[in-house]
Amino acid sequence: MTLEIIKPGLATTIQDLGRPGYFHLGIPEGGAMDRLAFRAANMLVGNDEGAAGLEAVFMGPEIKFGTEMSVAVTGAEMPMMLDGEPRETWTSFTVKPGQVLSFGFLKTGARIYIAVSGGIDTPPALGSRSTYPIGALGGFEGRAIAAGDVIPVGNGSVMAEGRVVPDALRRRPGSPAELRVLTGLYWHRLTEKSQKAFFDDDWVVAPEADRMGYRFRGGQPMEFVDRPQPFGAGSDPSNIVDGCYSYGSIQVPGGLEPIVLHRDAVSGGGYFTLGAVISADMDLIGQLQPNTPVKFKRVEMDEALAARKQRKTMIEDIRQALA
Amino acid sequence: MKTRYTYGGDEHIYVEVDDEMSLDAFFIALSLSNLVRAANIPGVTEILPANASFEVRFDPDVIAPDAMMAKIKEFEHQAEAQEKRLDTRIIEIPVYYEDPWTHETLMRFRERHQDPTGSDLDYAARINGYDTVADFIEAHHSQPWFVSMVGFVSGLPFLYQLVEREKQLEVPKYLRPRTDTPKLTVGYGGCFSCIYSVRGAGGYQMFGITPMPIFDPEQKISYLKDFMVFFKPGDIVKWKPIDRAEYDRITQAVEDGSYTPRIAEVAFDLDAFNQDMTGFNAKLMEALNDA
Repeated sequence: MTLEIIKPGLATTIQDLGRPGYFHLGIPEGGAMDRLAFRAANMLVGNDEGAAGLEAVFMGPEIKFGTEMSVAVTGAEMPMMLDGEPRETWTSFTVKPGQVLSFGFLKTGARIYIAVSGGIDTPPALGSRSTYPIGALGGFEGRAIAAGDVIPVGNGSVMAEGRVVPDALRRRPGSPAELRVLTGLYWHRLTEKSQKAFFDDDWVVAPEADRMGYRFRGGQPMEFVDRPQPFGAGSDPSNIVDGCYSYGSIQVPGGLEPIVLHRDAVSGGGYFTLGAVISADMDLIGQLQPNTPVKFKRVEMDEALAARKQRKTMIEDIRQALA
Repeated sequence: MKTRYTYGGDEHIYVEVDDEMSLDAFFIALSLSNLVRAANIPGVTEILPANASFEVRFDPDVIAPDAMMAKIKEFEHQAEAQEKRLDTRIIEIPVYYEDPWTHETLMRFRERHQDPTGSDLDYAARINGYDTVADFIEAHHSQPWFVSMVGFVSGLPFLYQLVEREKQLEVPKYLRPRTDTPKLTVGYGGCFSCIYSVRGAGGYQMFGITPMPIFDPEQKISYLKDFMVFFKPGDIVKWKPIDRAEYDRITQAVEDGSYTPRIAEVAFDLDAFNQDMTGFNAKLMEALNDA
């Protein structure tokens, strides 16, 4: 059972729910950026929610199916055709051997998830099939897929066609996209004026936005509380003695452009961080296109935990809707 | 030292033992992170030791963030009292300083640098008070270094030089990080040297390159067959300056499987080191030269 890649798209990678446990060596957890959409795609085709699938960004691949299987595409809105016939996203359908799935231009969102019954069956690396291209680890030969690749698929049973994730359970960023932030880490390094400006300013997603991190621009340069720099940090006021970074943490090199670290995060470094995007909003970042307007919203821990619970409930609701 | 506890979102607690770098802070951070690991606290998913800090990742559905923080704080005094000693190894790492590849890259990202007129080494030598780049390079490799953190990307070591503070070299990171750094670049930021294990983004000044790979996801390189990552915290490194011919020779030897890094088993004792740094380093070098 195989998928044959006719056109790869822009940077299409095999992803699952990641490889926790190696971040202390600089190997990030990785996995699908929009985990809710990724899980939903697997549920639609009757897979375990962590089965490996494809993540395509901005542009869809063209895929020829080697055998009959169930397929579902979730995440961003992108028109999709099976042998030229339109198919709906967030809905399961069955493909016959030799049929070709192709995509039109991206409408909203940034990343689609393609799940096939049985899941992609490339050899796991450190317990996961997620592709970490920087470390040439996992996925298909440690890299994004390319034209001509033949990707193995595991054994799965073909599900009923037309299973649908209800619209209310498809989570999408608003406009402007609101990302909730818990301040902390090196927040005290900023002046009160810059602390306030970070949340008041209008930001947009910068072109340098990928699986490692999303960069933002448009806000005012940040000012730092005056201090003699601690030994070992470096002389720029945005420098710290290199420490660990966390998923979702927001660093601002030189006080200029905030970078939110994502699933393929670097595990540490020497720029100050002002806090972190809450875990519940990490999925949303995966659906932001460059130039999307963004507001950062300050929340407290209880709101972060409530949002986390709400997201879990939403995933459970998708399970129930498809049970 | 004033240990500071803070949240990194709803899944991480960051513990900064000290805001400045010292081996004392390193050992306390390492001890504290080891005590937290040994306690097997339900909900803890990952522990990341760093130079003078560490981070705990946890599942807030299993343990509440404030309870998690309180648990870590319980071990603070015990960590401070622990012995600052490690059984470790010293490794010789060849470095080709002022190589053509990092030079091409630093020229490409000049507008992101503090001083666009010269090279990273020109800048580093000048702000550290050295008359020539050669003198600065000499200071960089003459005394050994201590791996005080592994991370950033795939097994990248952060190294702290084993010399008195007044002899430490210090440089800022790039004003805006580069989007590209050659694989195996020997970099410098703050008081830390590093080796970029893979090609990619980076904010450290670039001084040279090593022909010795330190990360191999395919585990084909002879000395990386057991595990894909070479370094761990506590390793000691001695840079060995090499020229282009030696660089090419080692690159070839790595490829044909005949390269073996020079390594000796040693013990590092912080008190003994602090009492006589020159003498202690001389003994480390003796062990390496005998290997």
